[in-house]
Amino acid sequence: MQEILQYLFSGLTNGAIYAVIALGFSILFNATELINFAHGEFVMLGALCLVTLWSGLHLPLPLALLLSAAAVGGVGFLFQRLAIHPVRKPDHIVLVIITVGASIFFRGLGMLLWGKDAFAVPSFTRKASVEVAGAVLTSQSLVIIGTVGVLALVLHFFFRRTLTGKAMEACAISRRAAWLTGIPAQGMVLLAFVLSAVIGGLGGLIIAPITMCSYDMGTVLGLKGFCAAMLGGLGSLWGAVLGGLLLGVLESLSVGLINSGLKDATAFLLLLMILYVRPSGLLGNRSVQRF
Amino acid sequence: MVRPSLHNLVPYAFFVVLVGSAGLWVDNPYYFQILSMIGIHALLALALNLLMGYAGQISLGHAAFYGIGAYASALLSARYGLSPWLALPCAMLAAGLVALVVGYPTLKLSGYYLGMGTLGIGMIVFIVFREWSSVTGGASGFVGIPPLGLGGRALLDVRSYYFLVWAVVLLALCGSQRLIRSRVGRALRSIHDSEAAARAVGIPTSRLKLQVFVLSAVMSAVAGFLYAHMVGFISPDTFSFIVSVKLVTMVVIGGMASIWGALLGAALLTLLPEVLHAFAEFEMVVYGLILMTVMIFLPQGLTRGILDIYALRRRQSERAARPAD
Repeated sequence: MQEILQYLFSGLTNGAIYAVIALGFSILFNATELINFAHGEFVMLGALCLVTLWSGLHLPLPLALLLSAAAVGGVGFLFQRLAIHPVRKPDHIVLVIITVGASIFFRGLGMLLWGKDAFAVPSFTRKASVEVAGAVLTSQSLVIIGTVGVLALVLHFFFRRTLTGKAMEACAISRRAAWLTGIPAQGMVLLAFVLSAVIGGLGGLIIAPITMCSYDMGTVLGLKGFCAAMLGGLGSLWGAVLGGLLLGVLESLSVGLINSGLKDATAFLLLLMILYVRPSGLLGNRSVQRF
Repeated sequence: MVRPSLHNLVPYAFFVVLVGSAGLWVDNPYYFQILSMIGIHALLALALNLLMGYAGQISLGHAAFYGIGAYASALLSARYGLSPWLALPCAMLAAGLVALVVGYPTLKLSGYYLGMGTLGIGMIVFIVFREWSSVTGGASGFVGIPPLGLGGRALLDVRSYYFLVWAVVLLALCGSQRLIRSRVGRALRSIHDSEAAARAVGIPTSRLKLQVFVLSAVMSAVAGFLYAHMVGFISPDTFSFIVSVKLVTMVVIGGMASIWGALLGAALLTLLPEVLHAFAEFEMVVYGLILMTVMIFLPQGLTRGILDIYALRRRQSERAARPAD
């Protein structure tokens, strides 16, 4: 029992990170119907920026976090302006290949700037771990899980209560109709890119203390985040959170109870299963058209 | 079926002369290895092009079928002593079955669900290759794959292997061309343009898409078979997600819905890393930049893009030649 609780805790921690990454996928998909294969690279950039600013330059932690998130947001801004915006006839496959090219480019850039070594980052707080019924919950786990909760609430508030958020929601429903009512649809797309990049970077910031940070950490995290987004329903805010947590817990349980070789396969088995059973995802409201 | 006219045969004649003269002229085993690799990639790109260019579906896990072909043939011939030529149909069958399992549910849906399904199966197959070490040799790979023999003689010579690979490519080229120009090919292109319209005129779209996907997987398995018996050693990294992405890139860079474009894309992307070695650690950055630049400025791919630029130039020069009135 105690063992299972421990798996549950570590699963929730990993799952919270998948949830953050999945949120980035969902926000961008909502606004542009685009799946950004460079999203995992934003996670990597966030983590490595923190390595430089906090461990390297010894900036105070809040400032380092803020600057890292802003830097990744800036990369997202440049990416949209320089690589996505100039495409004249935005065909789906073409845009996807551009994001794939960008992911290779960012990974190469990460290797040039930070080298091939992996870095470790200390935990954010010095507080001791919490013990619940014999299982240990580290302080960083609490930070990570708390971040996801706050982030989801903030985004929920943003999309339901603010004018900008509602405008983005309108663009997601129909970009043309939103444009006709005077919403600057192009600006909303740019905003979605920046927001999704910042959230991806945030994922990198909170994961940094519990993993080794290197230039190639983004790919697998990105793919698993994508699986989480599909599991919960691509484009759904709470679906992304649910999908991420579920994926994390199932992954952790399959490692603990079945076989450690299964760790990376769990996400993709779940992806196939959800495609068979319910392609719109657990909480997805978009109806999937069947021919 | 369109009868092969003289006009259609010109590119083939050019192709045969080019491949033949390269095979007779080149004398360096390393070059032969690269040229055979281009052939294997061309076969994969042709297979994926049928799916992407004509059925309008994307696959993000084609390296899995390539890997299934390679591992199935390697296992059957090295461990169970089966002749590689008998292992080939088994490998093709295995790849086809996996394709059927992934394609059947996802191709009923409209949208890019096949892409997501193949992404999943690609990763799972890769993990199986890496983790099931008692059978596949795990991350360190599978060694001791016997070379191919033809007519009682082992094809150890790199030159004869090169000719074998390109003969298969030629076969695939002709086959793809015939398929595209047939009734089935026209039906496929109509799916690409509008699936709803295709259904309205009575085309069984999901069945056709599934058939093309399975055919594409089987072709990829043949490429895997050729690769395994050429190199004699396979490891999971040759069939990873990155490789699937590179295959998609070959098709898109060359130009979708063009079989010669697939060939061009395969050749360019096989040679590019060899050239980029000169850039050392800048390799990935340059590779990513080239990929993005080509897609931003020539979204139709190189073959179509260059033709478009040529047509534009000609129009401009014609306009310039005309006396101003």
